[in-house]
Amino acid sequence: MIRIHEVTRRFGDTTALDAVSLDIAEGEFFALLGPSGCGKTTLLRVLAGFETPDSGTVTLDGRDLLALAPHRRPVNLMFQSYALFPHMSVERNIAYGLAREGLPRAEIRERVTEVLDTVGLTALARRRPQQLSGGQRQRVALARAIVKRPRLLLLDEPLSALDKQVRAEMQLELKRLQHEAGITFLVVTHDQEEAMSLADRIAVLDAGRVQQVDTPVELYRRPRGRFVAGFVGANNIFAGRLLASGGLDVPGVGVLPAAAGDAASGDITGLVAVRPENIRFTDPDGDADAPLHGTVLDISFFGGSSRIAVTVPGLDRPVLLTAPGPAPVAPGARVALSWHPESAVLIEETVETTHG
Amino acid sequence: MAGGRAGAGPVTRRLKTGSAASGARTRTGSGARARARLVLIGPGFSYLVVLLVLPLALVIGYTAFRRGRFGGIAYEDGVTGDNFARIADPLYAGVLTDSLRIAGITTVLALALGYPTAYAITRLTARWRTVALVLVVLPFWTNFLVRTYAWIVLLSGEGVVNRALTGVGVTDRPLRLLYTEGAVVVGLLYAYLPLMVLPLYAAIERVDRRLLEASADLGARPVRTFCRVTLPLTLPGVLTGCVFVFVPSLGNFVVPELLGGGRTVMVGNLLRDQFLTARDWPFGSVLALALMAFLVLLLMAQAWAGHRTGSRP
Repeated sequence: MIRIHEVTRRFGDTTALDAVSLDIAEGEFFALLGPSGCGKTTLLRVLAGFETPDSGTVTLDGRDLLALAPHRRPVNLMFQSYALFPHMSVERNIAYGLAREGLPRAEIRERVTEVLDTVGLTALARRRPQQLSGGQRQRVALARAIVKRPRLLLLDEPLSALDKQVRAEMQLELKRLQHEAGITFLVVTHDQEEAMSLADRIAVLDAGRVQQVDTPVELYRRPRGRFVAGFVGANNIFAGRLLASGGLDVPGVGVLPAAAGDAASGDITGLVAVRPENIRFTDPDGDADAPLHGTVLDISFFGGSSRIAVTVPGLDRPVLLTAPGPAPVAPGARVALSWHPESAVLIEETVETTHG
Repeated sequence: MAGGRAGAGPVTRRLKTGSAASGARTRTGSGARARARLVLIGPGFSYLVVLLVLPLALVIGYTAFRRGRFGGIAYEDGVTGDNFARIADPLYAGVLTDSLRIAGITTVLALALGYPTAYAITRLTARWRTVALVLVVLPFWTNFLVRTYAWIVLLSGEGVVNRALTGVGVTDRPLRLLYTEGAVVVGLLYAYLPLMVLPLYAAIERVDRRLLEASADLGARPVRTFCRVTLPLTLPGVLTGCVFVFVPSLGNFVVPELLGGGRTVMVGNLLRDQFLTARDWPFGSVLALALMAFLVLLLMAQAWAGHRTGSRP
């Protein structure tokens, strides 16, 4: 439905968007995920019409979107700051966009009533935005955007201002709304949990470039590239030589479990990423064959699970692992670690390697 | 400016809580605090009493008496209400309505010129914004009389404006520009335009750009956005600017004298003449009070309207 092709936007020396291409399907819940300053908000503003790209095209249903002025686009943006009109009541804020369409007054009232009910703000219809809590304001902003029934709804960090309880509630509500209204959602967030739980597909952006576009599960299981592996979910990343026979030879540590690469082109330098929940303790007395030996540095208990940091001689960062329930070990204990070769993700590095 | 009015409430409240707190303290402590308070409030308070309250009381008092033969007040002739009755005289009422009209036209023109100017300044880059604001304030660095005299040169029969008009061929004879009501309006407009631009600039500057983007995003054309979002949100600034221009325009007597050539008499001239020429202090006081009452009403209306739009966060 919406096709973003080779969009580039520069601000002076910095390149906010570097030849970004994305396809978003009708009715999809799509997320742009990346650290702050990765260009995701710029992309959103390009779609809404507040930024003009230096090059590239954006089409909606095959029609050039960039040629339209912001007020003519069938796209609505929910601002991160909500941008509610302070001199209007909740009702009038929501009716604002409908009045611009020249709809009959009765229909406007009907649709405003309907959407107020949907977001559960009927009782607060006559309040001013200043009299609302953060969560309530956010719902007004959402109502104001969806009442227009746009083809594409853009959401800029929609849940960032909310506390954890309200956030979980709003996440469910967003998903429900998206199903009911059938609107295509494009959400921008730096919170990977938010992106994972909401979106059908996620595009990870870094330094203005799309790093990977995938479903949340694939993104988590098969990150491509070091950035995605490190950014999406906690990960242990080991650098070394990938052996053609399987395994990763880390200098000063030894050979770690990893599946054999597809290319039988001999040994290449590369990375292996292992999720904390895939690492387990082997024989507590120190199995000589275990790939990693270390000392427990720190334990964080989260209720349902514990996160354990283990320092391993030869590695500059502690290895993280998660164990269900309370930790079976105490800080200072000597432990041996291992994992299944299949659960280690190979990230083959090319010569030009990492940036930023 | 507007901040002074808005700030008055919290200040008095703070003073009250201050005295309540000191009351709970030991006697010596509260004595020291009271002395400190006196030192801090004293100068300002005396200033107000000597230069505002006392003169005002005098002016109010004068209105009840008859004029002395050679100016001053004839207290021995007893009290009278005649002074107030005279203000209804068509001669004086005419001057008052003329003044209101001239000040009103000046204010409307100042708003029409000032709003686009202030809006344009907010859209400049930070450095040019400073330059523009300095340029707006720059005329205040020259004496007001000198600047008004300059307009005589500009508007006179052989002045720059007339020469330009005849040169271009708009007219074949020099127009009568000086000593007209138009000249008075131009002079007042010139004098007080900065007082319109500055509060408007402050008000427009404060409007969150994202609100304007939100309006466009919701389908409003730029003109709509201006009428429905920018203008309502800057209304307190508009009112402040209007009061800042209207009030001194109404009381000004230098500009009507120099540019109006004595043909256009405004209430300011009338007032001055009562004290300095006609030596009728009681009636002059009545005029002064009338003017002041009118302005107080205006300020109250402005405060009320500013409060109602509720743009203050």
